[in-house]
Amino acid sequence: MKKTLCLYFQVHQPYRLRQYRFFDIGKNHDYFDEFANKTIMTRVASRCYIPANRIILDLIKEFNGAFKVAYSISGIALEQMEQFAPRALESFQELAQTGHVEFLAETYSHSLASLISPRKFKDQIKVHVKAVEKNFGQKPKTFRNTELIYSDTIGEMVANMGFTTMLTEGARHIMGWKSPDYLYVNALNPKLKLLLRNFRLSDDIAFRFSDKKWADWPLTAEKYAGWIAGALEKDDMVNIFMDYESFGEHQPASSGIFDFLKAMPGMILNHTNLEILTPSQAAAKHQPIAPLNVPYAISWADEERDISAWLGNELQTEAFQNLYKIEDQVRKSNDPDLQRDFRRLQASDHFYYMCTKFFSDGDVHKYFNPYDTPYEAFINYMNVLSDITLRTPKQ
Amino acid sequence: MKVLMFGWEFPPHISGGLGTACDGLTRGLAKHQVKVLFVMPSASGDEDQSAVRIINASDVAAFQNREEARELIEKVQFLKVTSNLIPYLGPDEFTEQVDLEREKEWNEFRISFGQKFKFSGKYGSNLMEEVMRYSLVASAIARQNQFDVIHAHDWLTYMAGIAAKRVSGKPLVVHVHATEFDRSGENINKQVYDLEKRGMEAADRVIAVSNLTRNIVINNYHIDPSKVFTVHNAVDFSTVENREITKGVPEKIVTFLGRITFQKGPEYFIEAAYKVLQKIKDVRFVMAGSGDLFNRSVRRVAKLGISSHFHFTGFLRGEDVKNMFAYSDVYVMPSVSEPFGISPLEAMKANVPTIISKQSGVAEVLDHAIKVDFWDVNALADAIYGLLTYPALSAMTVRCGLEEVNALKWDNAAMKVKQIYESLKEEKS
Repeated sequence: MKKTLCLYFQVHQPYRLRQYRFFDIGKNHDYFDEFANKTIMTRVASRCYIPANRIILDLIKEFNGAFKVAYSISGIALEQMEQFAPRALESFQELAQTGHVEFLAETYSHSLASLISPRKFKDQIKVHVKAVEKNFGQKPKTFRNTELIYSDTIGEMVANMGFTTMLTEGARHIMGWKSPDYLYVNALNPKLKLLLRNFRLSDDIAFRFSDKKWADWPLTAEKYAGWIAGALEKDDMVNIFMDYESFGEHQPASSGIFDFLKAMPGMILNHTNLEILTPSQAAAKHQPIAPLNVPYAISWADEERDISAWLGNELQTEAFQNLYKIEDQVRKSNDPDLQRDFRRLQASDHFYYMCTKFFSDGDVHKYFNPYDTPYEAFINYMNVLSDITLRTPKQ
Repeated sequence: MKVLMFGWEFPPHISGGLGTACDGLTRGLAKHQVKVLFVMPSASGDEDQSAVRIINASDVAAFQNREEARELIEKVQFLKVTSNLIPYLGPDEFTEQVDLEREKEWNEFRISFGQKFKFSGKYGSNLMEEVMRYSLVASAIARQNQFDVIHAHDWLTYMAGIAAKRVSGKPLVVHVHATEFDRSGENINKQVYDLEKRGMEAADRVIAVSNLTRNIVINNYHIDPSKVFTVHNAVDFSTVENREITKGVPEKIVTFLGRITFQKGPEYFIEAAYKVLQKIKDVRFVMAGSGDLFNRSVRRVAKLGISSHFHFTGFLRGEDVKNMFAYSDVYVMPSVSEPFGISPLEAMKANVPTIISKQSGVAEVLDHAIKVDFWDVNALADAIYGLLTYPALSAMTVRCGLEEVNALKWDNAAMKVKQIYESLKEEKS
């Protein structure tokens, strides 16, 4: 039986907040930095989404379907693409039409709802599934949670919604001696199959590709395919999961990342015992080897691979709890503008900006963060939250 | 390692932060086996000498005899404040003029053989004269003592440092705690600036208390960046105890504590107070301190119509400062220019959430104070509002701020200073 390489790319952009002062509270309901959001979306579209999609499309044609990928595009990224970069959205739709691209489900807002309430979590997934169906004409069978956040109970909720496959992190502290390169199942509901990210091989591209101090720099497609083949001599599957923005945005075009992307599938498929599958195909093909026990939530972030990047300090938990205090009333309000703003405020990014871990480490945090300090992020977010709370009808 | 250090003041009799910093630094150096001879113009005898040996310049005669005086005139005559620069003088006339000056000096010096000068050690009107006299005594002290490095704190002592270097040939470190630009803004006193510049130029190493100050040294004094090093100040809170106090008013209190001068940015505090008071009424603002902008500040507060919620205490000292911190719910330091700034650390030590301007040196060492540009009144108002309104924010800044302040140790700063000394010794050998 052939061994499997599975490629999945995350596409997400939050609605960044504008500078919202306390004197705006109760007066101004315009929260988002239209200029920044538009600038970033158009930049990322032209540097990453459009050129990378072009390459992926060519590869699918070149290998006549033997090359496949999966994407998860958050609902608020879809919205912004529609608004600011319709050509990027079209290029994703073109990929969908090839029949060799799988689109995954997630929470519409790229939210942390899985950590607070099953009902909210479910509602947001449903909204996202609808958006995927509308844009790409397929009903997702595979689920990936925000930042690959996963636990036994989250997996169980996902299984109960009818998903058969879910992606998460092959976190070292969970895996122990076990390899992430096999199919696992949820510990509470074995119907849900789990694909685990091989973080070493994924980060070789996502983080290390252009790092000249890295011993393996420069990374060629041939070398990389050799590593994949090496891992698959024994194991069943290698899951390469990363932010799509790694191509052309985090790793600039000048680093040769696009040439690498063009050459890599050919190098893989040269190995006759290897094939490339989408997550649901890979999950259907391989035999699960064991249930995976994850009592506490894991994610793909930072060294800790836990949820401390979003809910690790008291600022984050206070903001998070205050946000969801008004959720019921917002849902019942029949006010589409209010509901739209509320969705956007749920993006995990807003909580990431309040993370205090990056004082000590975290170039990655700094890269993604529009605020100088977590305190500024918190003040700004809380001001907005104060206003939306005032807007929300009391019961 | 032995250091001849020139300061202007030393606890317990201090009027500013310089004495406290010298005390902390010398204690730190003592822990790293660096012996310090600390010279000050006017010691009172009740200084704690457990970490340093204090030399009272008032007890030292500048020179005992003719030879010493001759040597001094040769080596240190440049120290006179009078300028030899007379326009339109030919070379011969110039030499003649210089000889004349020298003869005059010699005559002046002859009178003072064996004489001691009683320094006030204050910052009075004859400050310039004291600074110059101090340098004369410094050369005598340098001749009488053994040491490896000379270390001079702020411009008042730079001339003393230079004199000691001339006499002994030992390397000189000058330590910049503040510059004339911090004290006077753009309207600097040229005489002071010149003395600062000469000290920095003559120094083998310049220590700045922050990167902010280091940049001023490099850009405004044109000092070679490769010899300017930043060593952030630390703070010694070993004797500080926090107090519980019952407030007389139910409202939360936002405090400005410092000199009411242009450099401290009092007007930004007032404007921010006005903005906050538009939104919330159950808060009071306190401006504690005195200074040349005091009257103007009172007028501005009255004009804005917020006097019922804005209070002036005048200058506070000792116990009252501690009480003020205990009363405060938010402490604000909106300084326009602050080489370092110890008072935010005192506030954080007293569990008061703190807002500081990005234009303060202390901002470079603090993560858990909220930082704003001094001129950004909206950001300042927003930060005050946030601390008053969102409990998690004040809780977290207080908790993490205390840990952070407790970690700022003079031991670490002294270690860096010692490394600078050692680099000089290596250069020598």
